[in-house]
Amino acid sequence: MRLAIEVENLQKTFKGKRMVRALDGVSFAVPEGTVFGLLGPNGSGKTTAVRVLTTILRADGGSARVLGYDVQKKAALVRTLIGLAGQYAAVDENLTGRENLQMVGNLNHLPRSFVVRRAVELLDQFNLADAGDRPLKTYSGGMRRRLDLAAALVARPTVLFLDEPTTGLDPQSRNDLWEVIERLVGGGTTVLLTTQYLEEADRLASQLAVIDHGRVIAEGTPESMKADLGATVLEVGLPSIEDALRTGAILDTLGPHASLVTGTLVEVTVDNGPEAAMAGLRALDAEGIRPQTFNLREPSLDDVFLSLTGHRTEDEVAENGDGDGGLSPRQRRKKIRLEQLEAALPVATGELA
Amino acid sequence: MTTAVAEPTVSGAPHSTGVMSNLHWLASDTATLTRRNLLAVTRIPEALFFSTVQPIMFVLLFRYVFGGAIHTDATSYVNYLLPGIFVQTVAFGSVSTSIGLAEDLQKGIIERFRALPMSRGAVLLGRTTADLIRNVFVIVVMTVVGLLVGFRPSTGVLSYLAGVLLILFFAYALSWGFAIVGLSAPNSETAQVMSFPLIFPLTFISAAFVPLSSMPSWLQGFATYQPFSVTVSACRSLMVGPASTGTGRSTSFWVVQSLLWTFGLLIVFIPLAIRKYRTRT
Ligand SMILES: Nc1ncnc2c1ncn2[C@@H]1O[C@H](COP(=O)(O)OP(=O)(O)OP(=O)(O)O)[C@@H](O)[C@H]1O
Ligand SMILES: [Mg+2]
Repeated sequence: MRLAIEVENLQKTFKGKRMVRALDGVSFAVPEGTVFGLLGPNGSGKTTAVRVLTTILRADGGSARVLGYDVQKKAALVRTLIGLAGQYAAVDENLTGRENLQMVGNLNHLPRSFVVRRAVELLDQFNLADAGDRPLKTYSGGMRRRLDLAAALVARPTVLFLDEPTTGLDPQSRNDLWEVIERLVGGGTTVLLTTQYLEEADRLASQLAVIDHGRVIAEGTPESMKADLGATVLEVGLPSIEDALRTGAILDTLGPHASLVTGTLVEVTVDNGPEAAMAGLRALDAEGIRPQTFNLREPSLDDVFLSLTGHRTEDEVAENGDGDGGLSPRQRRKKIRLEQLEAALPVATGELA
Repeated sequence: MTTAVAEPTVSGAPHSTGVMSNLHWLASDTATLTRRNLLAVTRIPEALFFSTVQPIMFVLLFRYVFGGAIHTDATSYVNYLLPGIFVQTVAFGSVSTSIGLAEDLQKGIIERFRALPMSRGAVLLGRTTADLIRNVFVIVVMTVVGLLVGFRPSTGVLSYLAGVLLILFFAYALSWGFAIVGLSAPNSETAQVMSFPLIFPLTFISAAFVPLSSMPSWLQGFATYQPFSVTVSACRSLMVGPASTGTGRSTSFWVVQSLLWTFGLLIVFIPLAIRKYRTRT
């Protein structure tokens, strides 16, 4: 199978008031005709990677090729092969939907008659036919987003880059968009999409890479990633922090995965949801603990992160800062919980006295 | 492995790299973006207001409020004033180049353009060309307004048109200057705020509204020979005769001065703007 995208040891540092190493040696490969999901929290380097691959930004080091062409040396050619829907809808407020699509078609140097037909086709496909001749000022956020995606498809690109394509879409539009992407891939298009939603990556992508601080920290199929993670997350809310800490210790015994206590909320990933739920409830009952909430849910990207890095997506935990560098994620989490326990103990004993 | 790639999409346009083909696409893409920028002008009522109503108010203000107190020997004040108003109007209008570019950068539209196989130069050319065309429209409107309030050009149609061309050319150079401002600003509001301190002294410490001889002598040197003033004087000479400038210089003197300034500004501004466009991430 030929590769549509090859990225090797890509590096990019933004030099400004603050040096930011946005890409710190990213490598991955995407076979033709597949969907590749790039997952990562805010600021992990997803957009920067997309910008390098779409010839907008020059990398400092490493190489990136699209359909075999180097994105820097063959930028002009690469641009004829790709489509891009950036993270923020890049559409012209003052033009109508149709005019926006036609403008992009003309700038793609497509024949005028084709551009006119293609605009009609895309407006239909994205449920914008009725709004096609209204200026974008009158569009809702979701409509704008859909038009932006339509604009990325005007030239029928061979490789499509979608940077968080469904952020800000309602569930119905999100589903519609997923179907559009699936149809495109059915027709042979290669798609690289970045997302913060595991569900989206799971539904669309055949291969995933998780990046954090400009580095790939995990790669694999959605299935393998979820298998590593446990199929379901059990989430228990407690009335007090002491109860939560005790519950955490109890839930640790349910399976191979360690629990996480955040305030009065305890989460643990489990392989068999209902079974773990029953065992968990029995154990809590035996200890006389009364949970306030008790839920089973799908694992989120946040859970993937937690299990891969030991920190939540929004945490800016210094990776090596406090001497945990040598610990595995699991050990690090245990250590964090022990510290929490220690912090909570004097209070607990004080109340007992 | 580079040979195996399918012919790019449905594109009927061969992406050959010949010079003629490059020029063809540069013209085509510039036309596309010029059209787009002009459509925007017609759809933002504020922009249209800014570029027509405001200069009309200036005309009325100077013609009927301040004008009585300003003495011009060689011609009536309204004849003295209008060429100044023309240049002021296009100069203020060129600020929209900076605002428009900053807005396109901010909204991410230029980001999209950079990933398209379009001519690199078309973004700046399309912007400055649209502003040039808008200026043609604005000068036509201002000429009509001028005639209504008593402006009487007296040198013939050709000479008048030569004056208009000189103004448009000067404004085009200013647009490139303000393109640099727009590409340096973080957003369109800042672009606007950055632009006016540049344009105000040029507009008002000039020959546009009052005779140069009425200014203190230490100011006269700058006020006479700065690019804005020489263009006003050149237009005044071309439209109402060289005596009207009150400087004792000939028409060709001012025309040459204005052309030298305009060429000089273009030679400096165009490469700087292109460089700024290339390096802005
Ligand atoms: N033009 C720029 N100048 C300076 N720093 C930048 C620039 N673009 C991105 N960065 C920094 O590079 C890092 C990676 O940014 P990037 O936009 O690639 O992240 P992301 O994964 O797309 O995040 P998000 O999910 O929020 O979109 C961030 O720390 C960001 O602040
Ligand atoms: Mg991003």
